[in-house]
Amino acid sequence: MDYLELLLESIGTLTLNKMRTGLAVLGIVIGIGSVIALVSLGQATQQAIQLQIQSLGSNLLTVRPGAISQGGIRGAAGGRTTLTLDDAGAISTSNQISTVKYVSPETEQRTQITTGSNNTNTQIIGVIPIYATVHNVTIASGNFISQSDIDGMTKVAVLGPQVVTDLFGENVNSIGESIRVSGQTLTVIGVTTSKGGSGFMNQDDIVYIPLSTAQKQLFGTNYLSSIAVEAKSAEVMVDAQNEVGYLLLSRHNLKDPTQADFSIMNQQDILNTVSSTTGTFTALLSGIAAISLLVGGIGIMNIMLVTVTERTREIGLRKALGAKKKVIITQFLTESIILTFTGGIIGIIVGIIASYIISNLTGSIFVVSPHSILLAFIVSAGIGILFGWYPARRASNLQPIEALRYE
Amino acid sequence: MSKSPIIQISHISKIYKIYSVETVALLDVSFKIDQGEFVAIMGPSGSGKSTLMHILGALDKPTSGEYILDGKNVENLTDDELAEIRNQKIGFIFQAYNLLPRTTALKNVTLPMIYAGIPKEERRERAKKYLSLVGLSDRMLHTTNQLSGGQQQRVAIARALSMNPSLLLADEPTGNIASIQAEEIMNIFRKLNDEGHTIVMITHEADIAQHAKRIIHIRDGKIVDDISNNKQKKIKS
Ligand SMILES: Nc1ncnc2c1ncn2[C@@H]1O[C@H](COP(=O)(O)OP(=O)(O)OP(=O)(O)O)[C@@H](O)[C@H]1O
Ligand SMILES: [Mg+2]
Repeated sequence: MDYLELLLESIGTLTLNKMRTGLAVLGIVIGIGSVIALVSLGQATQQAIQLQIQSLGSNLLTVRPGAISQGGIRGAAGGRTTLTLDDAGAISTSNQISTVKYVSPETEQRTQITTGSNNTNTQIIGVIPIYATVHNVTIASGNFISQSDIDGMTKVAVLGPQVVTDLFGENVNSIGESIRVSGQTLTVIGVTTSKGGSGFMNQDDIVYIPLSTAQKQLFGTNYLSSIAVEAKSAEVMVDAQNEVGYLLLSRHNLKDPTQADFSIMNQQDILNTVSSTTGTFTALLSGIAAISLLVGGIGIMNIMLVTVTERTREIGLRKALGAKKKVIITQFLTESIILTFTGGIIGIIVGIIASYIISNLTGSIFVVSPHSILLAFIVSAGIGILFGWYPARRASNLQPIEALRYE
Repeated sequence: MSKSPIIQISHISKIYKIYSVETVALLDVSFKIDQGEFVAIMGPSGSGKSTLMHILGALDKPTSGEYILDGKNVENLTDDELAEIRNQKIGFIFQAYNLLPRTTALKNVTLPMIYAGIPKEERRERAKKYLSLVGLSDRMLHTTNQLSGGQQQRVAIARALSMNPSLLLADEPTGNIASIQAEEIMNIFRKLNDEGHTIVMITHEADIAQHAKRIIHIRDGKIVDDISNNKQKKIKS
């Protein structure tokens, strides 16, 4: 009996038992499809979080007043009165600094903002124009803070979309409207595009005003709450950190780094903090994927095993009529392979389509990981083939009459 | 005419054990069947006829005893060797027909020929020939469940004949067939027997048994009577 004959025999049996074939294929489709969809949902979310962090700016160092709290409390810690505009100026102009591209001095405060009828508590940041470049802020309508706003200490503000919604309502044109902050009236000149994020990371719940206006008119301080420094490339991040650190130490007349009255955080530090959160998330998703794989696997196993009684009789009969063991096992194996591959390919297509629909519905990125496809396929196909082969092997070892009488 | 035994069983017993209850289906049965014989086996229901037939057909193993089939001790043959012998030499008609469900009569008859490696065209030709022989030329494409009990039985007969076996084992081959058609089946058997095929047939109808040259009676798993039938029934040709 040649292999083509066997293949035709297998296909014949599969098409004869449409219900059984259909259910087995369905089990595999669900097993593979759900894993692919779930993993892609997880990865989309993970990438979204990562992009969010990157949207804070790339190759970014953040200099903050006060030392990192290690080895006890320092005199200057938390005082927030160590970084000045001159420090920022020095970083951008000093000849000791060679690896820095942009410097963005910033001063921020949480403040109550009011309009005629509404109010909100939000983050106000005094910025210079380069802030937009360093932090990847883009403007949806109007303009960002300009150099002439800094020079003229104008009373203008650029709002994040969340602030617009809170104060004026959704999709309301707020350009030209007035807001009141700390007894001052500011005119809205621009609205930024949405960056998403939530909680302390919400990049949309921010009001930008000229740094000079913030320092002189609103907060009444000459100090900065942070200096954002963008390095020329990711490779020189450490050099930049060192250059800025030593420059500030000498400017503050401090001899060694342990006395620093400021701290420099790089983006990697932030990523590290967040990655512990995403790690938990990934574990959760892997768990869900594993469970759906298990459920799919059990489904496949069931349908393969449920048909065993009928198949055992069939095997007994084929053996009685002269089929050798190898021929029987090969036929059943061929059937299982056809089933799992058909189901597998449909499952992959269904999984990808489902991922695409989910990403469209949730507005997240559409990613499909080849690893999840491979894993889901191997596990489902493995289970399908194993539980197609095992009962066939067992039945083919019975005396034909025992197999024929099996119930 | 030199006759050598095709079947030789000695002290065959078959005991089924369900939990600790033992059912003796066959007890110390011995006999010999020569090539070219036509043997009928008779006995009441439950006397062990089918059990004996399954052992003769190498479909089941006895609990004890020795079975020499065509000069070979069955116990020493592997599963695959037995499968080949069943395929090439033995035609088995099951009491319960045992057809593939949801499968056409034609396909059912071709099944043993597939395992014999006979080319597709020849398989179909032969299947058609034997289905016509048993009077089913108009039912070839009916599936098993679309056939009556008697028709299913005739498909099973056609299947057993399709490999032109030298040993035909028939378990109640006419049990579900009306007497006229049963006579036709018997004519086929007689013709095969005349050509030299060995036939062992279980029947509970004395009339049918009269076609055989030898009649074995069994009761409670033991042979009670083994006589040659001198008045073999005449057949209309
Ligand atoms: N698989 C089995 N397990 C237990 N007992 C069995 C089994 N098969 C048959 N028997 C018993 O063996 C005895 C002989 O059964 P067998 O089928 O050989 O009878 P039979 O002579 O063919 O009967 P009938 O004329 O009704 O077909 C019966 O008592 C039956 O109950
Ligand atoms: Mg019986």
